[in-house]
Amino acid sequence: MEEKLTLFKNRKRFGIEKNIDIIFKNTALVLSSFVAIILLGIILVVFFQSFESFSRYGLKFLVTSEWNPVKDEYGAFTAIYGTLVTSFLSLLITIPLGVGTAIFITEDFVPKVFREIIGSFVELLAAIPSVVLGLWAIFVMEPFFRAFFVFLHNFFGWIPLFSTEPTGRNSLLAILILVVMLLPIVTAIARDSLNQVPKKLRNAAYGIGASRWKTIFSVILPAALSGIMAGVLLALGRAMGETMAVTMIIGNSNAFSWSLLSPGYTISSMLANQFGEADGSQVSSLFYAAFVLMILSLVVNIFAQWLVKKFSLKY
Amino acid sequence: MNSLYYQKRLSRNIGDKFFTSLSVICALIAILPLIFLVTYILYKGGSQITPELFTLEPNPPGDDLDAGGINPALIGTLIITTIASIIAIPVGVGGGIYLAEYSKGGAFSRFIRFGVNVLAGVPSIIAGVFIYALIVSTKILFGSMYSGLAGGMALSILMLPTVIKTTDEGLKLVPNELRYASLGVGASMYTTILKVTLPSAFRSIATGVVLGIARAAGETAPLIFTALFSYYYITGFGDLFYEMGSLAVLIYNFALEPYDAQNKLAWVASFILVLSILSVNIFSRILAAFTEKTKRV
Repeated sequence: MEEKLTLFKNRKRFGIEKNIDIIFKNTALVLSSFVAIILLGIILVVFFQSFESFSRYGLKFLVTSEWNPVKDEYGAFTAIYGTLVTSFLSLLITIPLGVGTAIFITEDFVPKVFREIIGSFVELLAAIPSVVLGLWAIFVMEPFFRAFFVFLHNFFGWIPLFSTEPTGRNSLLAILILVVMLLPIVTAIARDSLNQVPKKLRNAAYGIGASRWKTIFSVILPAALSGIMAGVLLALGRAMGETMAVTMIIGNSNAFSWSLLSPGYTISSMLANQFGEADGSQVSSLFYAAFVLMILSLVVNIFAQWLVKKFSLKY
Repeated sequence: MNSLYYQKRLSRNIGDKFFTSLSVICALIAILPLIFLVTYILYKGGSQITPELFTLEPNPPGDDLDAGGINPALIGTLIITTIASIIAIPVGVGGGIYLAEYSKGGAFSRFIRFGVNVLAGVPSIIAGVFIYALIVSTKILFGSMYSGLAGGMALSILMLPTVIKTTDEGLKLVPNELRYASLGVGASMYTTILKVTLPSAFRSIATGVVLGIARAAGETAPLIFTALFSYYYITGFGDLFYEMGSLAVLIYNFALEPYDAQNKLAWVASFILVLSILSVNIFSRILAAFTEKTKRV
């Protein structure tokens, strides 16, 4: 008996095993800090590369729309305006559609099987590469909507937004293809937050005699609002950074116009178009534009995360 | 007495009907693009597929009626996504292991989780810009500028957040009893992780990683000025250091060409890309549903 106890007392891990354990832990630690390194690296690299342009044009870069490599004059107002307009207007269309679809999926209008099929259909839409959506937009969507755009111009041409003659690719098409891309994001997140609303709340509302849609509007949607808002913000970030589909359909013109029916530009499409062939101070100006895009999407993303943490459901 | 019956004309019932049909319309509008899109791509791309397309080089755009094939782009996509996976999977799984198994919810792990979410939201073209500044313009990779290697690195930045997140979440779902049991019989921490927790979370991690790879395969923006594009066959290992074609960039370049022959190739490439991405997605969905059912029993 005595012998056995001392045997247990002396039982220690081998040195090698201990070392492997420590090495394993530290490797994992280093690998996890890669995320932070890459993130900081991206911010620093883009900032320093844009420094030359930043010190030359300052904040004037954001409000002038001259983009002339020959005269070495750069201003990104058209692209920034295009980024903001396309992303906000596409969200404006997406929010009611996405939330409406999410309500349809979470309510019991049709049997569960159908709802699940529709839900996974919408999620599959998110898996389609944006360059394929761009191809589809060029060859299917643009001809399909051409007559409609002419109609818009003829009847609503007095509104500055529709004041130019539609000729092929334009900002409105970019907005429409963005709607197709954002719909799955907004729908999926809105559905998840609607599903998280406790059943008690719904039953209580029904119990005091509220109709189905009274319950949805006054009880369920307000309870799920923070989650839906966060999803909308994530979609906004995605819309701002979306490159391929927008580049292929927006027409890529730096001439500023209020009209959605004229070709436009976004920061990301400007990068996609010019980065490969740029040299000299144009590169620095493109980095400056990239920096602006990055700050925009970082702010939106961080705000979304803060919103989720701050207002997440506590029932 | 009358008020106990359902009254069609009551304003609340009319309102309910109205909003119900509104949400049905929303759902229809949401699925219609997918049905249109998928059927159109399958029809347009699938009807033009021939065996030679898989073996030929694409011809440079011109008035030629024959556009050639997509062999270099197909192989290029496989190579670039493999490079991205080789970088992103070890780093992501290792980082996920640290977050789920070692960290105790302190400031560091909260910062990393926050960083993962932020990195996931960084526009994909910014990843391309970053790699361009870091690797392409500095010619740091043995003097080569645009290369398949640089393209793979840009893609790995996009894959990394997905891999970390799925590893972290997959490991968190493993019940603690398994860990206690393993540590209790005297296994060290790394044996516990490698032999017990990682294998039991394997399926959920693998699903997430495969979905991440599928997403990366379709990404274009990070490649257009890192890997660029190439019309020529990939013949050997050395080609990694030169421009490399990919299906995604082929679609982008050839969609904007004014010639039918090139547009046709773009549709064929889309067909292959969409078909493989959708089948990976559907397969993993079925697998996930299947595991859920067996777990419940």
